[in-house]
Amino acid sequence: MKKFRIRQQIISLSILFALLIASFIVARLILIPRSFGEYGHYRADAIDDITAQPINYAGSVACIECHDDIVELKANSNHKGLSCEICHGPAAKHIEAPDENLPSAPRERGFCPLCHGYDPSRPTGFPQIVTALHNPGTRCMSCHNPHNPILPHTPEDCSACHRGISNEKAVSPHSSLPCIKCHPASQEHMVNPRSASVQKPTGREFCGQCHSKDADSSRDIPRIDLKTHWERYLCWDCHYPHSPEAL
Amino acid sequence: MNQKESQAVNRREFIFACKRALPLAGLLFFPLSATDLILAQENEKYNPTEHNYAMGIDTHKCIGCGRCADACKKENNVPLEPIFFRTWVERYIIAGNGEVSVDSPNGGIDGFPEIKGDKEALRTFFVPKLCNHCANPPCVQVCPVGATFISRDGVVLVDEKYCVGCRYCIQACPYGARYLHPEKKVADKCTFCYHRIVKGLLPACVEVCPTQTRIFGEVGVRSSPLSRFVRFNDITVLKPSLNTSPKVYYAGTDGEVR
Ligand code: HEC
Ligand code: HEC
Ligand code: HEC
Ligand code: HEC
Ligand code: HEC
Ligand code: HEC
Ligand code: HEC
Ligand code: HEC
Repeated sequence: MKKFRIRQQIISLSILFALLIASFIVARLILIPRSFGEYGHYRADAIDDITAQPINYAGSVACIECHDDIVELKANSNHKGLSCEICHGPAAKHIEAPDENLPSAPRERGFCPLCHGYDPSRPTGFPQIVTALHNPGTRCMSCHNPHNPILPHTPEDCSACHRGISNEKAVSPHSSLPCIKCHPASQEHMVNPRSASVQKPTGREFCGQCHSKDADSSRDIPRIDLKTHWERYLCWDCHYPHSPEAL
Repeated sequence: MNQKESQAVNRREFIFACKRALPLAGLLFFPLSATDLILAQENEKYNPTEHNYAMGIDTHKCIGCGRCADACKKENNVPLEPIFFRTWVERYIIAGNGEVSVDSPNGGIDGFPEIKGDKEALRTFFVPKLCNHCANPPCVQVCPVGATFISRDGVVLVDEKYCVGCRYCIQACPYGARYLHPEKKVADKCTFCYHRIVKGLLPACVEVCPTQTRIFGEVGVRSSPLSRFVRFNDITVLKPSLNTSPKVYYAGTDGEVR
């Protein structure tokens, strides 16, 4: 009987394979980070790395502790929606060591217009000024307290807040009509615009007072027949009232 | 028949009894839920599986002051060169002939120049942009090494130690929300300020928004300010046709915004 013998080639091949597999396992262990795949196809420790990033903006409640007077003043003002750090910059370091890291205050005239400079893309009603014309040469703070920006006096003109509309109306055929002809605004709206709302014209007859064929108004005003001129629509579906065109 | 009737009456009686007992039951449960709340606050261990973050953007309110883009750079040490942004503000100008033009000089941080006179703007408004933290993100799909991923709380993050800087994700993002960090040579993007939100703070851009244009919150949590925002507005997302399921919800935008 012949004794069963494993051939030399098979032994060397097996050793080779074993080595290959071992080196593969070792390489995997070294190359793939330990926490990879714990929660998904990524390194779970990355979450801790990202979480460890230092905080620069302390947040709006962090200032109360030491500046309660200013926080309170601002909380009841027109700037109540503004975080302190919009104007004073990130202040987390200031809180850690108040005297060493004093935040800056934006005292120059260029800063406030980032929000308040007139720009037609801004929503209507947002208080805007034309910076070059609004008391040039004087710092904003000499008339407005940044922590409580009440207006020195009630604006006389709707354009103070509705700059876009009044600019448009000023060069339109309706330039001669005062805003209150169409919007009977109360004085209260000039002070508290959001709590005292203003009426807008509601029907075709309103425009008809001047434009109807039989209206009792200046002869220069172009006329239409209220009954036949697009009778199923509101006038401002087609004519923008602040800049009307005869299309 | 008789039996059935009496049964019906019994049921009705039961329901009425329940109704009467309701305030009582409320009393019973109230202290329970109150203690629950206190316990929840005391238990400081943050559990990511309980959250699914998202953001709402109300473009009606945006005044284009660019403070969000500015704060983002300062919070996250984003390079100051005007080509790297995690969030930025775009100005849309829609001309009378329907032509749409978009600009975003330095992300809006220094304000916007006057609209040039030659075009007559029919409509113009601001749209803040950032990573949409898609539920189905193409950037994660293409990453060859698993360096970008959705965290368990629904935020798309980049592992800067593992990223090889191949730029595939930057190419794949349909919103242009990623850039290659010039010093670290890895992909970088908005994290919803992950280091802040896990500590209960708001993302820096939300913190500084003066008009509450940005609303941060969670998907599917009724008490979250985001749920209220989604309920009361017509919501759109950017490029819905790409099926990326963005988690930044816009109000006041229409087909022109992409
Ligand atoms: C731990 C207390 C503390 C906290 C919290 C704190 N501050 Fe201060 N802050 C100080 C002190 C002290 C001064 C210096 C007072 C002085 O010189 O009159 C100061 C001064 C300032 C100044 C004036 C700098 C100047 O030019 O005069 C600003 C602005 C300011 N803090 C902003 C903030 C803001 C914003 C926060 C919240 C994010 C904040 N501080 C939170 C203690 C604090
Ligand atoms: C709209 C921008 C703005 C906001 C918002 C704002 N500040 Fe100021 N703050 C200023 C400016 C501008 C000055 C400089 C005033 C001056 O020089 O007259 C200033 C000055 C200060 C000073 C130093 C002078 C002083 O009046 O004592 C402190 C302290 C301060 N701010 C704290 C705060 C805190 C706290 C908040 C948040 C509650 C806050 N500020 C919000 C613009 C702002
Ligand atoms: C980040 C944007 C921002 C900055 C910067 C800012 N404001 Fe304001 N401001 C607002 C908002 C928002 C309101 C409230 C508007 C509203 O009620 O619709 C407001 C209101 C005002 C008002 C009241 C207008 C009114 O109709 O009653 C004044 C005045 C004012 N700001 C002055 C300033 C001055 C001065 C500065 C510079 C120190 C400044 N603002 C900086 C956002 C800003
Ligand atoms: C102090 C700033 C301010 C002044 C001055 C002002 N408005 Fe307004 N106005 C606003 C704001 C803010 C709104 C937006 C209110 C809102 O959205 O609830 C508004 C809204 C309106 C609306 C729209 C109401 C609606 O339902 O859409 C009309 C119309 C209006 N104003 C007319 C006027 C007229 C006319 C004047 C001048 C007599 C005037 N306003 C003066 C701030 C002002
Ligand atoms: C000399 C005083 C003075 C200075 C300086 C001044 N303002 Fe005013 N501002 C006023 C007065 C008065 C009003 C009331 C409205 C009017 O009559 O135009 C006003 C109104 C405003 C309004 C409200 C407009 C509206 O529509 O509600 C804003 C915003 C404003 N100013 C911002 C600024 C900014 C920003 C600066 C600095 C670049 C500045 N102001 C400098 C006196 C001043
Ligand atoms: C010829 C009448 C007329 C005049 C003059 C007029 N408006 Fe209007 N205004 C309207 C009508 C009509 C609407 C309603 C438009 C609509 O519902 O689409 C309106 C709407 C508004 C609105 C709501 C926002 C918007 O754009 O639709 C504001 C704000 C406003 N007007 C302000 C003003 C101001 C400020 C002036 C003066 C500079 C003015 N209006 C002059 C007729 C007029
Ligand atoms: C108080 C009177 C008055 C009222 C009310 C009025 N308008 Fe006018 N309208 C005028 C005057 C004045 C003109 C300019 C006439 C001229 O060109 O000399 C005019 C011009 C027009 C024109 C013609 C512009 C052109 O290119 O020729 C249109 C369109 C128009 N208005 C639409 C309206 C609409 C829509 C309303 C209602 C929201 C309205 N108007 C309300 C007085 C009025
Ligand atoms: C469906 C759109 C539409 C509606 C709604 C509409 N208009 Fe017009 N309007 C036009 C067009 C188009 C023209 C120019 C062609 C023409 O004369 O018919 C015009 C012209 C005018 C003119 C100038 C006429 C002239 O002789 O120059 C006036 C004034 C006018 N409209 C006022 C009104 C008033 C007031 C109303 C509401 C009662 C109104 N329109 C409703 C489309 C409309």
